[in-house]
Amino acid sequence: MAERERRTTPYGGSFVPRSRVMDADGVRRAITRIAHEVIERNAGLDDVVVIGLQTGGVPLARTLVEAFARIEGVEVPLGTLDVAFYRDDIGLRPVMPEAVTDIPAELSGRTVVLVDDVLFTGRTIRAALNAVCDYGRPRAVQLAVMVDRGHREVPIRPDFVGKNLPTRRDEAVDVHAGGVDLGDLVRRREER
Amino acid sequence: MVRGGTVLDQLGRRPADVVVTDGVVAAVGQGLQAPGGARILDAGGCLVSPGLVDLHTHLRQPGMEEAETVESGGRAAALGGYTAVVAMPNTDPPIDCASVVRDVLELAAASRWQVFPAGAITRERAGERLAPMAEMAALGVRLFTDDGAGVQDSRLMRRALEYASGLGVTLAQHCEEAGLAAGGHLHEGAWSSRLGIPGTPAEAEELMLARDLTLSRLTGAPMHFLHLSTAGSVALVRSAKAAGLAVTAEAAPHHFTLTSACAASYDPVFKVNPPLRDAPDVDAVKLGLADGTLDAIATDHAPHPQEAKELPFDQAPPGMLGLETALALALTELDLTVEEVLALLSWRPAGIAGLEGDHGGPVAEGRPANLCVIDPAATWVVEPDRLASRSRNTPYAGRRLTGRVRHTVVRGEPVVIDGEAQR
Amino acid sequence: MSANLLSIADLGAEGIEELLRLTDSFVEVSERPIPKVPALRGRTVASLFYEESTRTRLSFEAAAKRLSADTMSFSVATASVAKGESLRDTVVTIEAMGVDAVVVRHASAGVPWQVARWVGASVVNAGDGCHEHPTQGLLDCYTLRQRLGSLRDRRIAIVGDVRHSRVARSDVLAYTALGAHVTLVAPPTLLPPSLEGWPVEVSHDLDGVLRKVDAVEVLRLQHERQIEALVPSLREYTATYGLTRDRARLLADDAVIMHPGPMNRGVEIAAEVADQSRSVVTRQVANGVAVRMAVLFLLLGSGSIR
Repeated sequence: MAERERRTTPYGGSFVPRSRVMDADGVRRAITRIAHEVIERNAGLDDVVVIGLQTGGVPLARTLVEAFARIEGVEVPLGTLDVAFYRDDIGLRPVMPEAVTDIPAELSGRTVVLVDDVLFTGRTIRAALNAVCDYGRPRAVQLAVMVDRGHREVPIRPDFVGKNLPTRRDEAVDVHAGGVDLGDLVRRREER
Repeated sequence: MVRGGTVLDQLGRRPADVVVTDGVVAAVGQGLQAPGGARILDAGGCLVSPGLVDLHTHLRQPGMEEAETVESGGRAAALGGYTAVVAMPNTDPPIDCASVVRDVLELAAASRWQVFPAGAITRERAGERLAPMAEMAALGVRLFTDDGAGVQDSRLMRRALEYASGLGVTLAQHCEEAGLAAGGHLHEGAWSSRLGIPGTPAEAEELMLARDLTLSRLTGAPMHFLHLSTAGSVALVRSAKAAGLAVTAEAAPHHFTLTSACAASYDPVFKVNPPLRDAPDVDAVKLGLADGTLDAIATDHAPHPQEAKELPFDQAPPGMLGLETALALALTELDLTVEEVLALLSWRPAGIAGLEGDHGGPVAEGRPANLCVIDPAATWVVEPDRLASRSRNTPYAGRRLTGRVRHTVVRGEPVVIDGEAQR
Repeated sequence: MSANLLSIADLGAEGIEELLRLTDSFVEVSERPIPKVPALRGRTVASLFYEESTRTRLSFEAAAKRLSADTMSFSVATASVAKGESLRDTVVTIEAMGVDAVVVRHASAGVPWQVARWVGASVVNAGDGCHEHPTQGLLDCYTLRQRLGSLRDRRIAIVGDVRHSRVARSDVLAYTALGAHVTLVAPPTLLPPSLEGWPVEVSHDLDGVLRKVDAVEVLRLQHERQIEALVPSLREYTATYGLTRDRARLLADDAVIMHPGPMNRGVEIAAEVADQSRSVVTRQVANGVAVRMAVLFLLLGSGSIR
């Protein structure tokens, strides 16, 4: 959930798409490419653990693990991580975990590939790095995102990118099974 | 001179001016000329009534002056329309002998408020030995009670009644059977059970009331029953009166305006003894006041300092302020005529207290000028910080009431003018 | 604006569900190698215990620390109550030290309500007299759900001194809000004088009830001296209302046995019954920390309560 703005939970607003920047096939192809890049970067998949960030990163992480199985024939451990308790805006806005974190494997000494849908300010990844370190000391942490839309607020960069998408700050990006949409976030006034 | 009002007393209702000279009503009639240099109190649109009489006030002096004094309580009474109050004896030391009676009478004289001490039935209010009632009666004490507690021992109570009948005084009972009531802090029922606070059952009151009605029959002595609060109590008194017993009874304003549900806030301002009861009890008390079963409304004005009312509910002392809100609550909440309300607040309690010579009217030439001028249509909001009592423990903060005291005249002196205390 | 947890009734069914969901996340946190998250860094939680209860106080303090909050602890023995300072003065003084939440335990019912009127900080009721103990109610729900799944239409017996039990009052509210059917089993002298408005059944036949329930919760006999006045003897109580070994055989094999602790083994529950695998007493304690983390996070961190 790199993009808290895109959520349609009671805490956010609703996303109104304007244009489709990537279709379903494009997303699938991008994941396959990322899978190859991960394998190449790590000279295989030994000791690789994939962790999807709640909520947008989780389906992408699952697809990535499936791609690994197709390409290399190995089953890479898949975890999910909710960073709510590590956010730096607790107390400033409503923060609630979406789901229970599930880390299936020991992380110490392994290569953790964090997967998220959209990389924006980088704050979610900052929180995720802290969370991961509470589970152990990975040999390396790498970051895979479907969309990098810029506007970083902390020194974080992705290792694997589906699409670089220049955006305005006030725009919003929605990644879903059918593709990637660029649009606007409409906040409902009565909600805080 | 009280000009332009409608006089309302036990003789009826009539438009009249009232001229007061030297503390006595000099003339009552329409279109009277004010004597030269007379002070004029405007009573336009208002009722001119005999001053109210409270049978049940805790003035806390001597001993608990941080809560109230004769001075501050007398002022609160005047603002509430009262020209006379009976001061309960549960002071420290208690009013259980002539010397403490004298002390209170001196405080009253110094304050110039009309305060009449009640004496204790037993020494130290301990319920063990009779207090010297004769020496207190000789100083003018007419009502005796151990209020705050009932006299538990039936034999002692019988002796007290027999002894009192020889003195021509009346015993007043705080009906609470200690064994059944032990440990209770609110009415035993749905709310006490839900709130996890031990309650006092209605039967603790009714049990002692039934015993005392029996003892009154046995001894032939008259009795007065303080702050009756339950439907069962009202029924007991109704049948006792039907049987011809010489008994009278009072109810407090909070027992016809509030219920045990108030305790849900856990604010000890709603803690009182007897406790706030349930809606059927409130209805029964209202009916008892309407049909004459209950003779008087008495405030049970019980001031407590703020820190005492900030204790946990089960540690805070029971009691509520009442003097400054009783009349307005009766006018607002009871389905009675103003005449009926004033009978309950003025002339009937004056008779019970033996004060009918000076208090409770009628408003007639030659009578002492103890008067209260009421604007029955005025509405106001209870603000604890604006009360004259030293304490703030009113359960009616923020409540809008109809009926307000405009002027109060005690022995000819206007002590309240236009709702402002003059001293 | 401050949010409080004073009564289970404040939460309603939805609020309870939300808290139990959040508790799942904190159970996971508690199982990590480093069972601590930075969620409440910089916040201060004061525990104000006017009645000693080591386990509840430690549970709240562990919860606060695992959320990275700072904790302050105030207990009667060490404090200015002995010097006659009023409750209000104490509470206001503590708040002036910069406290975000006050966890209050008091032997008198209603004190947390009074405290909440005096301070702006969040107030959590950690047990008030014979009234409520909402976090215990929540953790009991959580523990039962781990064993039974949903509580809807489950039958739960609460056995013992309901009259003096804050646990029973919170549990009745919580279980019934989640759709369970509750039967109170006690001698009439240990039941509240009135059960008007309580959505429960009452029985004086423990054997008959045990055959039908999915869970039995045994209450602690708290006030032994008071109990002596309400039942003829502890021996007679154990014989008629104690969960003895023989009686426990009447329970279904998968029925759950609960006790809020601390147990009087041999009085309200037999020692070997308390140690059966059907008993979740230890699990209740473990879940207590996670539930209290959820409560503190919801009040101080999530910004989602009222």
